[in-house]
Order: sequence, then C-alpha cells, then structure tokens
Amino acid sequence: MDSSSSNPNFLSLQNAGMAFNGVDILRNINFNIPKGQTLVVIGESGCGKTVLLKLLISLLQASTGKVLFDGQDWCALDEQRTNEQRLRFGFLFQGAALFDSLTVFDNVAFGLRAHSKCDEKEIEKLVLMRVKEVGMKESVLGKKPAELSGGMKKRIGLARALILKPEVMLYDEPTSGLDPIMTDVINDLILQTRKNMPVTSIVVTHEMRTVHKVADRVIMFYPLSRLKPNEPQLIFDGTTDELFKTPDLRVQQFIHGEAKERTLESENHANRDEAS
Amino acid sequence: MSEALRKEFKSALNKVSQAFDALGDFTTFSALSLATIIKKPSAGTMIPICFRVGVQSVPVVAITGMFIGMVMAIQVYSQFQSLGMATQIGQIINVSVIKELGPVLAATMLAGRIGSSMAAELATMRVTEQVDALICLGVNPLHYLVLPRVLACVLLIPILTVLANFMGVFGGSMVCTEIFKVDPYHYWQNSRGHIQIWDLSVGLIKPIFFGAAISLISCHRGMNSRAGAEGVGKAATSAFVWSFMSILVLDFFLALFFNNLHQAIWPDNSIKTFGPK
Repeated sequence: MDSSSSNPNFLSLQNAGMAFNGVDILRNINFNIPKGQTLVVIGESGCGKTVLLKLLISLLQASTGKVLFDGQDWCALDEQRTNEQRLRFGFLFQGAALFDSLTVFDNVAFGLRAHSKCDEKEIEKLVLMRVKEVGMKESVLGKKPAELSGGMKKRIGLARALILKPEVMLYDEPTSGLDPIMTDVINDLILQTRKNMPVTSIVVTHEMRTVHKVADRVIMFYPLSRLKPNEPQLIFDGTTDELFKTPDLRVQQFIHGEAKERTLESENHANRDEAS
Repeated sequence: MSEALRKEFKSALNKVSQAFDALGDFTTFSALSLATIIKKPSAGTMIPICFRVGVQSVPVVAITGMFIGMVMAIQVYSQFQSLGMATQIGQIINVSVIKELGPVLAATMLAGRIGSSMAAELATMRVTEQVDALICLGVNPLHYLVLPRVLACVLLIPILTVLANFMGVFGGSMVCTEIFKVDPYHYWQNSRGHIQIWDLSVGLIKPIFFGAAISLISCHRGMNSRAGAEGVGKAATSAFVWSFMSILVLDFFLALFFNNLHQAIWPDNSIKTFGPK
C-alpha cells in the first residue's frame, strides 16, 4: 500500500514530550507517519506506548513539542475542531472500553447515533454489517459487555471503532490477554480493516506475531528511567526485517524475551539498596 | 525560625495551596458541566438515571422519613406529657421534620445511596477507559455523563424530600395517636397552625441545592478517580464524605439566608399558615 507519497507527514510528532507529576514518560520524540502506513510500536511496559497513542488523538496534551495531524497542531484547534478531527480516528482500547450499561448493539451504534443522521433501520443495518465483519454473530447484539469473553470484547470494540469509517486506527495492545488463536483472529482483522478501507494504523503491542503479520514499519521505545539524559528514547525505527537483524542488544533482548540481564540489574539494585 | 518550624510552615502552606487547587478544579468542573445544558440531554440518557435516582430511592427515603418522625415522637412525648401538653406534640414533630430533619436526612441518605454509586460508576468508567472512549467518539463526557445526573438529582431530590416529609409527619402521628393515645382531633388541629407556607417552600428549596451538591461532588470525585480498585473505592467514600459535609454546611448557610430573608420580608414576624394559629 503506497499512499504514503500523498501525505508523508499525515501524523507527526515534533520534539514531543510528556510528563506526569514531573516525571518524564516521553522525551523529544520525533517521527512522521505517512498516510496509509501500518506502524507497530513496541517497547517494555511503562515506556510510554499508550501515552503516545493518547497524544496522537489528543486525549493527552504534549507537555513539550508538537503533535500534528494532517498538518494541524492539536494545540491550535478549538474544542469543536478537536472533536471533528477526533472523529477521523478509531481507537481500540486495551480492555476494549465497551460501555457497561449499554448492550453490544448500542455500543456499536453509539457513534452513529451521536454523529449521523441515519434512522434506526439504517443504523441496525450498519451495525449488523460491522459486527459480521469482525466475525461475530447477530445473537451477540442483545448482550451486555460483561457477558462477553476478552476476544469478543476486542472484536466488538473494533466494530465500534470502525463504524464511523475512520482514517486512522489506533490499536492499544489489541491481542493482550488473548489465546494464540484469538490473537491471530485479531491480527487478521487488523489486516482486513486495512484492506477494506484506506486506513492508517498505529498498533501498540508486545506480541511479535503481530509485528510479523501487520507491520509496514516498526518503532521501539525504551524506558526513560534506564536511559542517560541525552540518549534518544526511540531506539529503533525500520521495517520488520531490519528489526530482527539490528545489532542493538536492547532490541534483541526485547524480541527474544531475555530477562537475564534485567534480572541481574534488579539484583544489583536490590544489593545496592541493602548495602546502603 | 528553626528548620523544623520552616518545614512545618511549608507543608501547611502546601496543604492550603492544594485545597485551593482542589476547590478551583471543582468549581471549573461544575461550571463546565452546567454549561453543557445548552444542548438538551437525550431522553435515552435521562430516563434510566431518573429511574435510579428517583424511583429506586423511594423505599429508602420513605422508610428514613417515617422513622425520623416516629423517633421524634418517642423522644419528645415524655417531656410534653409531663407538662400536660401532649396534644401539642404534633407541632414540634412536624416543624422539625419539614424544616430540618426531612430535607437533611433524606439528602444524607441519598448522598449514600446515589452519590456513592455515581462516583463508583464514573470512577470505573474512568479507569477502564470508557470516558476516553466517549471522547474518541466525539461525545463530551460532561454532557453525556455528568449533566443528566445533576439534572436528575436537582429535579428529583426535592420530590423525594416531600415524600420523606410526608412519611415523617405520618410516622410521628401514628406513634402519638396509636401508641401514646393522643387524641387525633387535637393532635392535627394543634399541628396544622404551625406549619407555614414559608417553611414548606424553604423545605423544598434546600433539597435543590443539596441535589446539586451531591451530584456535582460525586461526579467530580468519580471523574477524577485514581486507577485501580482502591481508587474507585476512595472515590465512592470521598463522594459520600464530601457530599455529607456540604449538605451540613449548605444547610447552615441556607437556614441563615432564609431566616434573614423572612425577617426582611415580614419584620413583624407575621406568618402565612395553613390554619388558625
């Protein structure tokens, strides 16, 4: 898919940083995401991947630098314009974030009811189409989210995110807590979504199978707590093939899930604490 | 100034500054929530909330109101009996219930029942990213989640207070006439002259403020909850504690305000009553 040439800076971070209560989570992040690309973001827990997604959709405001979408700085937009721009995004949350008090049907129909002039019959048709697209049966529509399994929730979350035909899809650990088969189902859905509509996707994941299957490009973040003040937090930016060939030990440790050095590091910390 | 004293002073100053920050945050939250009223909330969001706040609170409020009146009757009867004024007992029960106990205790019960549940519900939505999901779907959470709750409380708590008052008057009269065998004719005759239209109006205006305070505080606590089960629990607890305190503080200032207003309107203390004095 090479629509990237049409807008190479569709989403853009310029020296973006984020801090909570004075603690830096992201620092001086710079990269662009071309239109139509599927970018996979990997990195250890707590390195700021979810924060990055929330910056991209302006659920959080960058403490420093700029986050631009389609050439516009989120900070420069008023509330109404921000809302309009947000509707160009779909967000699949880590826990799916389905509204507990609503049925599956109402969850998926929520965006349409809030923003379209469709009558109930049309809404029903569209909801059914989306729900079938994510491989769910019609019988699930009357259920409450609490009655669904983790994989079902994720799929309904995806149907809800796709109902307004977004231009950008943000996936926050879409396969976390799922069995290998369901993980593959979700990966296929990400691919299918990209095939069905011209969508730019940003996928945050720990799952190497997801990286293999869906990524056009991979970036890796490293926790700031283990970096020196001037070291870049973005330690890898390239294709999947390049990811597996990179000589960077930190990347290789993450890919192969090697905890040996980390365990030694933790033990050293503990010994130092004890001694002091 | 010693180092320890300086530290203490700095810590106290920090706490005061934090308290002002919190007050400012709450004021902004309340103003922004109330400002969303320019767009009418949908019936689909209002009806379930009104059902939970209004209909489902009826048993709790009715029982609370009735027992307030009954306990008042038991506590006051012996004193009035010893003075040979047992037939006058209705005055004190009814005035106490309608002016103070009914509104305050009904609001307190509702702060526990509705306020805590609102805070816990919104806190759960916050920590499970449902509030973020709303924002991503282009819906203002203050309009969709907070405004309907505020409106439901402001509209329905006064009605529930009327029920609590009625049940309190009824409970008190039942204890006096059925258990203590006070003559019902004299009981009611002596009671009705002492309830003023003013008292009833004040008893209906106060719950509007209580309803606004309960809902805004509870929603604010819920929407600003910290993550995890502990955060949700703390949000629910602090919603009740702050609502209860605000009810008492508001009650004091409203009583002061309405007394002064009454004095200003009727300086000779002439009163409009339902019957002969």
